[in-house]
Amino acid sequence: MIIAERKPFTEIRQMLAPYSRVLTVGCGTCVTICWAGGEKEVGILASQLRLAAREDNKEISVEEATIERQCEKEMASSIRDKVSNVDVVLSMGCGAGVQTLAQVFENVPVIPALNTSFIGMPEQEGLWAEMCGACGDCFLDRTGGICPVVRCAKGILNGPCGGTRRGGKCEIDVNKDCAWVLVYRRLNGQGRLDMMEKYYQPKNFRAVKRPGRIASVKA
Amino acid sequence: MTNDIIAFCCENSAYTAADIAGREGLHYSERVKIVRVPCAGRVDAIHVLKAFENGCAAVLVLGCESGACRHINGNERAKKRIEYAKALLAEAGMSQQNAAMFNLAPNAPHKFVKIVQDAEKSLKGASE
Repeated sequence: MIIAERKPFTEIRQMLAPYSRVLTVGCGTCVTICWAGGEKEVGILASQLRLAAREDNKEISVEEATIERQCEKEMASSIRDKVSNVDVVLSMGCGAGVQTLAQVFENVPVIPALNTSFIGMPEQEGLWAEMCGACGDCFLDRTGGICPVVRCAKGILNGPCGGTRRGGKCEIDVNKDCAWVLVYRRLNGQGRLDMMEKYYQPKNFRAVKRPGRIASVKA
Repeated sequence: MTNDIIAFCCENSAYTAADIAGREGLHYSERVKIVRVPCAGRVDAIHVLKAFENGCAAVLVLGCESGACRHINGNERAKKRIEYAKALLAEAGMSQQNAAMFNLAPNAPHKFVKIVQDAEKSLKGASE
């Protein structure tokens, strides 16, 4: 899923400074799971904005809404009535959500409240780790389902490098697992160590041309 | 709710202590408004923010003593959440002093009264 984190409150307030009627819009999918922009976080940010405005003796109205998936135009359209009553939309969705709202509500400024960070998974409660670089040329069949492109600090495809520490940690960070040690252990457990004896050509990092666009073959 | 002191009381400890305080006729400020919760861990940052948004003067979260939570670690979670709520209040330019977490046993009515009275005193001190 997409992992994001909230921008600093001062930055959000600076972006909202010219406006007095704000609609804070959350997303019920990825950013809800990573505690960045779900219904609860929308409530917290809206409450903070109202309290901060009161402390500064400023008049502001902050409405709240959460869309099941902010990155779908049909779902984003469901808040059209609310958007018609505000000066600005403060999106707590990922970058795709912000842009979807901006496209659906072309006449209203849409401001991002989150920094979209990476594609990852929850490692433990409140901790998310990057798992996929969206490189467009998946390599996981050869590495036991562990992506060296993002989980190895050097992103090398024929590891490990010479910097693996004792205990299988990375030379750049003693708290970080060496991705290639993880690969070795996984393949060893599966009896597939021969995969590590092969040399892999440099990866085509231009497999996805930007901006990416994929058309389904299904009708 | 204006100027009230909201006391979120765990029903397994602080609420019982408040109840005994009432039965024993112990006096505490009428500004204290008790909200009974099944566990201090039920109180979230949004509850604290909403209380201040609605005009309360202070928020107290009162949970079980350390190691005595009926829900294993609800009191520890509550402590973390109140710290988080205080950070959110600070971001909004508000005083962090008026939100606090305390631990007490169900048979400690005097401690309950002391906590809420101290909270009121510190509010009065801050306004003078």
